[in-house]
Amino acid sequence: MIGRDILGIEDLSRSDIELILETAKQMQEVGRREVKKVPTLRGRTLINLFFEPSTRTQTSFEIAGKRLSADVVNFSVSSSSLSKRETLLDTAKTLDAMDPDVVVVRHSVAGVPHRLAEVLQAPVINAGDGAHEHPSQALLDMLTVIEEKGRIEGLTVAIIGDIAHSRVARSNIYGFTKLGAEVRVAGPPTMLPADVESLGVKAYTNLREAIEGADVVMALRIQMERLEGACFPSVREYAATFGIDREKLRYAKEDAIVMHPGPVNRGVELAHELTDHRPSVILDQVRNGVALRMALLYLVAGRPRQDDPASHASVATDLDAKRGGR
Amino acid sequence: MAHSDAPPDAAPHVRLTDVADITDVVETDSPIPRERTILDDQAIRRALMRIAHEILESTDDPDRLYLVAIPNGGVPLGRILVENLESLCGLRVPLGILDTTLYRDDLTKRGSRPKLRRTEMPSSVDDRVVVLVEDVVSTGRTIRAGMDALMDFGRPSHVRVVALVDRGHRELPIKIDFVGKNIPTQPNEKVIFRADKSEGDEDDEASGVGLLHLIVRAGGAS
Repeated sequence: MIGRDILGIEDLSRSDIELILETAKQMQEVGRREVKKVPTLRGRTLINLFFEPSTRTQTSFEIAGKRLSADVVNFSVSSSSLSKRETLLDTAKTLDAMDPDVVVVRHSVAGVPHRLAEVLQAPVINAGDGAHEHPSQALLDMLTVIEEKGRIEGLTVAIIGDIAHSRVARSNIYGFTKLGAEVRVAGPPTMLPADVESLGVKAYTNLREAIEGADVVMALRIQMERLEGACFPSVREYAATFGIDREKLRYAKEDAIVMHPGPVNRGVELAHELTDHRPSVILDQVRNGVALRMALLYLVAGRPRQDDPASHASVATDLDAKRGGR
Repeated sequence: MAHSDAPPDAAPHVRLTDVADITDVVETDSPIPRERTILDDQAIRRALMRIAHEILESTDDPDRLYLVAIPNGGVPLGRILVENLESLCGLRVPLGILDTTLYRDDLTKRGSRPKLRRTEMPSSVDDRVVVLVEDVVSTGRTIRAGMDALMDFGRPSHVRVVALVDRGHRELPIKIDFVGKNIPTQPNEKVIFRADKSEGDEDDEASGVGLLHLIVRAGGAS
C-alpha cells in the first residue's frame, strides 16, 4: 500500500505504481468533462513549495489540485523568506503551522523532500530533488506509454542524454524496470554514471545501438547553460551525435514513440520536425501530467501521519512484546 | 396497472422465513461467515423486467430516458434494463456509467483512499429523465454522491433511482423509486450482489451478462 509521502519511484512497489496509473486513468475522464472539477479535496490545502523555478510542474500540480477542489497556495523562492536567509526547516515549519494537507516540494538539493517529510505533519510529494528523483514525471511518462502501447511489460525504452544529472532519467529507470520494460540509456561517456548498469539498465555510448528496436525513445533536456564545455565539447556536436531526428529514429521500431520531459531545446535533443509532430507525444505527456498529479493528490492528500496503519501496527506490536505479549 | 410479468404474490418483500434464517446466521458463532442466497439469477431477472415496466409507466416520454449505472454492481443491472426496455418499447435507451467515489463524504476520514472506478457518460444529461441504477441501497450516501456527480454533467429534468435491493438503514432522506426487493437486514450483515462474467466478457460492452446472485453474509469483518 502506498505510504504517506510520494518521495521517489525507488520506494514504490510495482502494485503501488499500478494503482497510481489506474487512478490517473480515471482522473483523465474528469479532465475531459465540461466542468473539470470534482469536490474530492474540498476544504483541503495544497502548498506548492518550489525552491527552484518551474513553470510546468508547478502549474500542473496547481491545476491538479484545483480540479480536485483543493485550495492551492504557491510558495516560490522569489517571493519567500529564503532571500531573508531563513533556514529550510524554519520555512517548512512555518508553512506546517498553517496546516496544509499536502506539500509539494521541489529543491535543487537531493534529499530535501525526504528531510521535510520527517518534520512536516502533512504528506510530502517530491516534485524534483536535485539529480535524485522526479517521481510524478516518471509516472506521467509511464501513463503516456501505456496509453500509446497498451502496456509496459516487455517494451524496450531508450533514454538518451544526460543520464548522470537527470532526476527524470533516474525515476524513469526505476519505474520502467519495475514494470518489466527493458531500459537502455545512452549519452556521451561524461554523462553516464559509472555504475548506472547496477540499476538494471544497459548503457550505450552509441546512439544507434541504444535505439535499435526500441519502442520508446525518450530524449532528456540538456542543461546547456550549465554543462557546455564541462560534459560535451559543443551543443552542435551533441545534437549531431545524440540529437534525435527522423534519420536516427529509423533504427527504432517502426511504431516507436518519442518523448521529452520538456522544455525542449529545439534542434538539440530533438529535431524541429520531431518536436511538433508524431511520433513525438510531448503534449500528451503534459496533458497526462495533470491527471497523474490528481491521482497522487487523491491518494495522499490529507492522510494524517497518526493514521498511517503501518506505523500504528508496528508500535502496537512492539509495546505488546515488551508487556509480555498481552 | 400491472403489465408486470411477475405475479402479484411475488411482490418485492422478503418472506418471513428468509428473515428468520438471516437472524440465525447472525447469532451463529461460526468462524466462517455464512452466506445465503436471497435472490437467484431468475428472480433478479424477473425483478428487472418488472422494473423496466415500471420505468416505462412512470414517464410519458421514454425518448428522454437515460440510464446511469453506478459501478460496479449497477453496470450489469443497467445493461439488462437497457435490453428489457428495448424489448418492451423498441427504444435503445443510452447507458452511462458514473463512479461516485470522488463525491463520497467520507474520503478524508479514511486511512487509505478507495480505488476509483470508471466513468463513461456517452451523452449530455440536460433535460433527460435520468435513472440511476444501483445494486444495493442502504444509507443513501452513494445515491447522494451520485446525484451530485450527475449535476456536474448537466441539468437532468428528473432523477429517479433503481435499486435491486433496498436493505434499509437510511441515513439521508433518499427515496428509491424502483425497488427489486426490500430486504430487512441487521446493520452488521452484508448484502452482496454478484454478476459473473459471461463468456467472452473481457471487453464488457457487447456481450451479455452472466449469472446473477444476491447473497446475505453474516456479520463480522467485511
